[in-house]
Amino acid sequence: MDEFARAFTTAAALVAGADPELIEIIGRSLLVSLSAVAIAIVLGMPSGAVLAIARFPGRKVLIVIVNALMGLPPVVVGLATYLMLSRAGPLGGLGLLFTPTAMVIAQAILITPILCALTRQVMEDLWTEYAEQLQSFDVTLGAALMTLLWEGRFTLGTAVLAGLGRALAEVGAVLIVGGNIAHATRVMTTTIALETARGNLALALALGMILVALAIAINAAAYLTRDYAMRHGR
Amino acid sequence: MDARLVNPCRDPRLPLRAVGVGLVIGGRTLLDSLSFDISAGGTTVVLGPNGAGKSLLLKLCHGLLKPTSGKLCWADGTPSAPSRRQALVCQRPVLFRRTVAANVDYVLRLLDMPRDARPRRVAELLASTGLSAYARHPARVLSGGEQQRLALARAWALQPDIMFLDEPTANLDPAATRAIEVLIGAIRALGTTVVLSTHDLAQAQRLADRVLFLHRGRLVEQGPTDAFFCTPKTREAAAFIGGELLWQ
Repeated sequence: MDEFARAFTTAAALVAGADPELIEIIGRSLLVSLSAVAIAIVLGMPSGAVLAIARFPGRKVLIVIVNALMGLPPVVVGLATYLMLSRAGPLGGLGLLFTPTAMVIAQAILITPILCALTRQVMEDLWTEYAEQLQSFDVTLGAALMTLLWEGRFTLGTAVLAGLGRALAEVGAVLIVGGNIAHATRVMTTTIALETARGNLALALALGMILVALAIAINAAAYLTRDYAMRHGR
Repeated sequence: MDARLVNPCRDPRLPLRAVGVGLVIGGRTLLDSLSFDISAGGTTVVLGPNGAGKSLLLKLCHGLLKPTSGKLCWADGTPSAPSRRQALVCQRPVLFRRTVAANVDYVLRLLDMPRDARPRRVAELLASTGLSAYARHPARVLSGGEQQRLALARAWALQPDIMFLDEPTANLDPAATRAIEVLIGAIRALGTTVVLSTHDLAQAQRLADRVLFLHRGRLVEQGPTDAFFCTPKTREAAAFIGGELLWQ
C-alpha cells in the first residue's frame, strides 16, 4: 500500500512539474492520434456520406463491412500494418516500420471505418429529412453532400471526438508498428504498458492520469457540443 | 412587399397540362387518371379531405414524383421535373440548421448571386415576410408560423414562376394562418402562379381562383371558385362543401 502511495505522489509531482519526458510522450501521442484522425476525416467522412446517399450495387454489403470494421481489434490492425511495412512486405522499401508515421497509418486504418460508419448513419438520417427539399431546389449530388455535412456538423463533431478517444486509448496497433522505442515511438499507452512491466509505477500512473483526464475532456467536449446544438436548434 | 421583388417574367412554360395522370405505388392506386390545366397567374386550390391525394398531386406537378400513367407536361412539351423556376413549400417546413438569414442565403447561393449582393436581398426577403428581427436566430427555434413564413421567404428567393404550397397553414393558429395568407396574396400579386392544397373550405374560398376537388385519388370536380362553391355539380363536392363526412 505504501508503495502505491509513493507512486501516486511521484506521479502527481511528474504531472505538476511538467516532466520533460512526460511532456515528450504526451506530445507524441497527441501528434500521432490527431494526424490519424485528420486522415480518417478526409477518407472516412466523404465516403460515409456517399454511402448514405448514393445508390449502387453492393452498397448494403459495403455498409455491413464498414460497420463490422468499426470493431477491428487494434492488435490485428497493428499486425496487418506490420506485415505491410516490414522489410519483406509490399511497402517495406519505404522504411516506415518503427516510425511515428507507421503509427499514424495503423491508427488511421483503425479509425477511418469508425468515422465512415458514424457519418453514414448521421447522413442517412439527415437525407431522410432533407431529400425532398434538396431535390426540390434541384441541387447537384455534390452540393447535397456538402449541405448535409454542414447540417450534421455538430453530430459529426462528436463522431470525430469518438474517433480521437479511440485512437488515444488504443495500445495494440501502435505497440506493434511503433516498437515502443524511447524518444522515437513511445506514446502514452505503450509507455504505461512498458513501465508497469518494469515496475516503474510512477511514470505509468502519471501517464494514466493524463490519459483519463484527456478522456474526460474529450467526452465533455462531445457532450457540450451536443448540448449547444440542442439548445440552439442547430 | 416592395417593387424590387416583382417577378420580371411569367413562365412561358405554363400552362402545366395533365392528361390522364395516374400514380400507382405498391399495387395501390393513389391517383387515378387526372386531367387538368394549370394556367399562368392566379391561385389554383387543390381541395379535398385527408388522404385524397393532394400532396401527391403537388409533388407530381413539381416533378418530385413521376406519374405511372398519363402525361404531365409543360406547354413546351417537357415533362414536369424539379427546377429552380418552381418552388415547393411543405406542410412541415424543412429548414436548415442555420440562422434565419443563412436559410435564405442558401437559396441565393444556389442561384449564383454574387456574394456582395446577397445580404441586401436576404434583408429584403426577411422584411417582406416580417422576419427581420429574427435574422440572426437559429431557424429551428422559431414558432410554427414563423418557420412557415421563412419557408415562404426561401421559396420566394428563387423568384419562381410557379409555387406549390402543400397545406401551408395546416398546423397554424388563426393569426399565423392569416399572416401566411397575406403573404401568399402578395406573392401571387407579383406574378407568381400559386398552387395550394388545403382541406379548409374557408381558406379555399378566400384564396382560390380555381378549384381542383380531389376525392379518393380522383379529380371529382374542377372549375372557377364561385361556380364550385355555389353550384357544385357532383354529389361528393356538394357533400364536402356541406361539411358532411365522405366515407364512400
